[in-house]
Amino acid sequence: MSGIASYGAYVPEHRLALGALGGRRAQEGGPEKAVAWNDEDSITMAVAAAANCLRGFDRQRVDAVYFASTTQPFREKQAAALVARALDLRRDIHAADFAGSLRAGTDALRAALDAIRAGSARQVLVIASDCRLGAPGSGLERSSGDGAAAFLVADVDVIAEFESAHAISDEIVDLWRGEHDDFVHSWEERFVVQEGYEPRLAEAVAGLLDKTGRKIGDFRHVVLYGPDARSHAEVAQRLGVGRDALGDPLFGRLGNAGASFAPLLLAAALENARPGELVLVANYGDGADALSFAICDPVDKLSPRRGLSWHLARRRAVSQYDRYLEARGLAASEWEASSSPGLSATIHHRERDADIGFRGQRCRRCQAVQFPPQRVCETCFAKDDFDAYRLSDRAGRLVTYTLDYFFPTPNPPTVVGIVEIDSARVHMQVSGLDAADVRIGLPLEFAFRRIHRVGGRPNYYWKATPLADPPAEPA
Amino acid sequence: MARDGIRDKVSIVGAGCCAFGENWNQSASDMIVDAAYEAYADAGIEDPQRQIEAVFTGSLYSQAGPHECADALKLFDKPVSMVSNYCATGTDAFRYGVMSIAAGMYDTVLVVGYDKPKDRGVSGPSVMLDGVRDLPKTPAGWFSLCAATYFEKYGAGREDLARIAVKNHHNGTLAPKSFLKREISIADVLNARMISWPFGLYDCAAQTDGAAAVVLTRRDLARGFRDDPVHVKAVTIRSGPNPQKDPGNDFLSWKPNGWAARDAYAQAGISDPRRQIGVAQVHDCFSLTELLAYEDLGFCDKGSAKEHISAGAFELTGELPVNTDGGLKTFGHPTGATGVRMLYENTLQLQGRAGARQVANPRLALSHNLGGHPTACGIAILGRD
Repeated sequence: MSGIASYGAYVPEHRLALGALGGRRAQEGGPEKAVAWNDEDSITMAVAAAANCLRGFDRQRVDAVYFASTTQPFREKQAAALVARALDLRRDIHAADFAGSLRAGTDALRAALDAIRAGSARQVLVIASDCRLGAPGSGLERSSGDGAAAFLVADVDVIAEFESAHAISDEIVDLWRGEHDDFVHSWEERFVVQEGYEPRLAEAVAGLLDKTGRKIGDFRHVVLYGPDARSHAEVAQRLGVGRDALGDPLFGRLGNAGASFAPLLLAAALENARPGELVLVANYGDGADALSFAICDPVDKLSPRRGLSWHLARRRAVSQYDRYLEARGLAASEWEASSSPGLSATIHHRERDADIGFRGQRCRRCQAVQFPPQRVCETCFAKDDFDAYRLSDRAGRLVTYTLDYFFPTPNPPTVVGIVEIDSARVHMQVSGLDAADVRIGLPLEFAFRRIHRVGGRPNYYWKATPLADPPAEPA
Repeated sequence: MARDGIRDKVSIVGAGCCAFGENWNQSASDMIVDAAYEAYADAGIEDPQRQIEAVFTGSLYSQAGPHECADALKLFDKPVSMVSNYCATGTDAFRYGVMSIAAGMYDTVLVVGYDKPKDRGVSGPSVMLDGVRDLPKTPAGWFSLCAATYFEKYGAGREDLARIAVKNHHNGTLAPKSFLKREISIADVLNARMISWPFGLYDCAAQTDGAAAVVLTRRDLARGFRDDPVHVKAVTIRSGPNPQKDPGNDFLSWKPNGWAARDAYAQAGISDPRRQIGVAQVHDCFSLTELLAYEDLGFCDKGSAKEHISAGAFELTGELPVNTDGGLKTFGHPTGATGVRMLYENTLQLQGRAGARQVANPRLALSHNLGGHPTACGIAILGRD
């Protein structure tokens, strides 16, 4: 048996009004798209989606992590290993990146299912995360959105059992981003749709139906990637997918989330799926693929988790285009982050469990929790007598705070405070709330974020964010 | 340990201070020479190369180490050391000088505190991005962390802090060597641009370059230098846990303040600081730092500072004048210099030489520095015969 045992999603809370593009004045309530903010990227969104997916699961049992994205921030250096450290997973896992194609998310999912079926892993964490950058003024800037989805693929206790898959590989220059390009290029849109997206998606779905002997109408949930609302609707019609089965592709709310788009829509479908129903997911990119699943267990057997609907409800409107440009590093600035040699790689190496994994320690003698790890206990002065203690999935409380107007951010001030996590005190930034809403005692949870780009590299750490329901970890 | 082991064994016989400010046209050496030669003249020292036996310097920014001071003053073939202890650097350098004399190592030493932050190209604190934790790393951000908690518990607010800035700006107009010489109003403070809540621009000390120096000698030799030496009654440094990760911290006071005060008062034999201390220079890197010092040093009860502030208790004409020269607020805070600059002011006050800002007949004068996150407090108490 192989299938999906759990799912999680992440959509950045900032929503840019499409009417504001180009610096125009946006109407309230118009179409929008989800945008990763200045402290978010495909890595941080992946960590958040995966943490949501792993709620209630033992992280020690994950055997492999597959990270899929077209916007992995490093050309050389693995994202999956970084994500695995941030999630505080075991070190003896297989970590791999899937990149370069909009299909990377379903590629990773299929590879995970194959690994389970081959018996080389019992639990594989698959994460698709993307924040593609359309050039200011381009159609892609309007259509794209950001987000991440994660699935725990397993051999037992699955909610969606994998049935079959069919893939088509094709060579086409429709969308690409070269060695020195910041923005995604596109050939003429009509060509992309008529010679790429529509025929390939149809071909992959037809192949799957042929393999499984099923009809499209058998599938209660059909998840289709779509570059835009119109093409998506036309393909659905061509395939004979009913309106009920199709679900909301979320154009004007989320936007085309690239390699994570189909996975996010799959996560949304799982939220509403019932035992006995069939799910088909078809994705496009340098060919196309289609996978089918049968829902076998009630999805709500999972502890409450943050899926797509939870994230769509949590939004922070951005009506100023300039703020978006600044958040995405597209605004001119005197301050050149890359002019420094960057953080010491040796210090980063020594402190990776603390800074990336947000691991503190608990004193074996007095039980006090501390961060960062230290040799001598802050409370009882015991020496070298600690157990590692993960803080990232704990809840915290704001002890005191200040509002800093100097730290570089598109929307100052930066809220900084002392956060109590169990008995540990940590000085950290508090994100995801307005300065006016800060108060002593505020319950908090933790988010992995990009802190700055000193040295021209993304440098990551944790921030506190207001505690939301469902809580960080079931008690 | 003998708690009063240091009392009345060492005397200040000369004090000097350069003009603090944006000293674009002065190097650190230039300022060191200004301060040291004023102190020499004050002590009647005409041959420093012979009369000064050892030098203790304090600087936070210097890359050159103790040689910078030795070379500026051409004090060679002598022990010259540099001390670094955040904002308590100057007081700590003084402490080493005092101990060296009390231990019988030397008869006469020079203490120099200095720093030159204005060569860095930033008007305020630099945004330090040398790691990922604990950002933003700015002193304003660290020292403001007591505000939300203190305001909530004791009902104080930004206006109470503003009165401190207004007082210090006033006192600074009376000090010839201060940087800022401008009266301000409470409205100026409240309306200034925000730095790190609740600190607006006027809640923050100025950024300046500066140097200050004192000449120390054995008490029994002091009158050979001048008729009105002042004596060291106490000097202490107390370290504390980083308040940001200290699990027991209530963010209503800074622990090292109370610990250092307890030790200093024991050394000096002080039981009622509010009555016995005649003048005090306390660390006012930010307005709230001064407010908390009033309470932590026992000038008033915890939580009561705002009443004493509004009653004028700490103004020049008040019961216990604090920061008579305008403090860090108007002198700025060239880190290593500050503690020694305070000793300079207290020496003048005890000797009745403080001009328009002279306090009536002080017998004991306290100076106080608080540095780091804050993680160290230094206190020195001087007195007359």
